[in-house]
Amino acid sequence: MADHPARLRVNPIACSGHGVCAELLPELVTLDDWGYPLLAGDGAVPVRLARAARRAVTDCPALALRLTSAAPGSRGNSEEAQRPARAQTGRLGT
Amino acid sequence: MSMLAPAWTGLPHAAPAGESGLPRILPPASETAAAQAQAGLDFAAHLRRHGLPRFRGAALIEQAGAAGLTGRGGAAFPAARKLAAVAAAGPSAIVVGNAAEGEPASSKDAALLWLAPHLVLDGLQAAAEAVGARTAYLCLHAAPRRGSDLAGHVRAALASRLAAGTDRVGVQLVELPARFLAGEETALVARINGGPARPRDKARRVFERGVDGRPTLVQNVETLAHLALIARHGAAWFRSVGTADEPGSVLCTVRGPDGRARVVETALGTPLGRLLPLGDDVGAVLAGGYHGGWLTLDEARRLSLCNADLRPAGAFVGAGVLVALPAAYCGLAETAEVARSLALESAGQCGPCFNGLPAIATALAAVARPRPAERELASLRRWAGLVTGRGACHHPDGTVRFVASALRVFAAEIAEHSRGRCTATRREQFLPIPAAPLTELDWR
Repeated sequence: MADHPARLRVNPIACSGHGVCAELLPELVTLDDWGYPLLAGDGAVPVRLARAARRAVTDCPALALRLTSAAPGSRGNSEEAQRPARAQTGRLGT
Repeated sequence: MSMLAPAWTGLPHAAPAGESGLPRILPPASETAAAQAQAGLDFAAHLRRHGLPRFRGAALIEQAGAAGLTGRGGAAFPAARKLAAVAAAGPSAIVVGNAAEGEPASSKDAALLWLAPHLVLDGLQAAAEAVGARTAYLCLHAAPRRGSDLAGHVRAALASRLAAGTDRVGVQLVELPARFLAGEETALVARINGGPARPRDKARRVFERGVDGRPTLVQNVETLAHLALIARHGAAWFRSVGTADEPGSVLCTVRGPDGRARVVETALGTPLGRLLPLGDDVGAVLAGGYHGGWLTLDEARRLSLCNADLRPAGAFVGAGVLVALPAAYCGLAETAEVARSLALESAGQCGPCFNGLPAIATALAAVARPRPAERELASLRRWAGLVTGRGACHHPDGTVRFVASALRVFAAEIAEHSRGRCTATRREQFLPIPAAPLTELDWR
C-alpha cells in the first residue's frame, strides 16, 4: 500500500458541486457539464501537486474530497478490488 | 391462513425440457402455481425432499468456495469470499437475506420465496452459523405485487420452523420500499438501520461495518437457496451442471414475444435459444435486465446464458432477466421509456447521476422519435461517457450500459428515425415499467 501515491477520491454523495477543487487544483480536477468534479486519470497526485491537493481537500465546503493511499481502481474498497473484471461500456459509440 | 394466489406469473414455472437434475431449488413443475406455493410451506415435506445438511460452519464456506457459487442478485461476486470476510471480521456478525428485487422485469426472488421458502430460510440459518451471526434479517419489497401477500407467506414458513424448533437464529422480516435501488446492499443496510433505503458511499463496506455497525453478510435469497443445497450435497454435486467457470443452476425471469413472464431454473451455459423462442418475429433480446444489455437476434441465437458469452457482447447474466422483444416494437422507444424510469429511480444523491440520467433519458427520447435533431445523438453519447463510475452505486454505470447497447443493437432503426421513419407497428410499451408514482416518501 505504501508504494502507491496518494490518490484523490470524491465522495459522490457528499459532493454538491461547489467546484472549489477545480479552482484550487485545475491540473487534476475539471468540472463536468453540471459542475461536478472529474478527476484526471485515476486520481493519483504527483508529488509536486501534493500541497495543492491537500488544500483542495481541506477547503472543500462539502468535505467530499479525500486523499487516500489506496491502490488505483480500488475506490478504497476491498470488495471492488477483488471483483473480477467486467465488461464496462464506459463510453458510447466506441 | 388466507393466502392470495402468487401472481408473479400466471403460469406454474417450468424447467426447459431435457436438463437432468433440474430443477434443484424450485419444486418440480407439475401443479398450479397456487398449489405449489401452498406445498412450499410444508416443512416436513421440504425435509423429506432435501434431507439434512452435512456441511456446516467453516466446512460449508470451503464447499461453497469449491462449488464456485456466485451471488445471484446480479453482481456474481463469489459467495464464499463474502462469507469468509464476514466470518473473519469479528464476532456478533449480522446476516441479511435479500429478496428486494427492484427490477420490474424480474420476479425470480419472489417466485423462489413462494415456492421454496424453507430452502431460503435453511440457507439463511446456514450462513448465520458459518459467520457466527446471532441475528438474521430477510428483506422483501413492501408493496405486495398485485395484491399477493409474500410477507405473510414467509411469516407462515417461519412459524412452522419455530414450531419444529430447528432454527438457532431468529429471523426478522424487513419490508423495503419497492424501488429499483432499495435492494442495493448499502441501501437495504441503511433501511435496517432506520434510515431511507438509499445507497451509501462505499468507502466502508458492509462486511466490515453494516447493520448496527457490525460485520454484515448480505446475500441474495437465491444464493442462500443454493448454499442450502451445497450444505447437503457438496461442491462436486453443485458443479455437475453449468460450465466449468460458471457452475450451477440459476433462476431466470423469461419474457417471450407474447409478453408473458415465467420463472425458470436452468443451468448456466444454456443456449439462450433454449430459454426463449427466437424466431424471426423477435427483434432483439435483452439479457441482464435494465442494467444489462441488448443483443441482436443473431447474437442471441449463438450465445449462451453465461458471463463468458454475454459480457463480450455488452450484456451479462445479472439477476437472470431475459426478454425477447418482438420486431413489431421500436427498441429505441422501449429503451427510452425504461431509461426515463431509471432516471426517476436515481436516489438523487450523486450529481453525475441525478443530472446525467435525466439528460440521457431526454436525449434518448428524442432519438426514439422520427427526425431527431442531430445534436441529440451527439449529446447522448457525450453525457453517457460522463457518468460511468461516478456514482456511489452502479446505477449510472448500469443505465449507461443499457442505453449504449440500444444505440449499438438498434443502429439501423436510428438511421431510419433520422430519415423520418420508424419501422415499429406497435406503440404500446412492451417492457415493464414501475407503475406507481414515485415520491420522496417512497424511500422508507
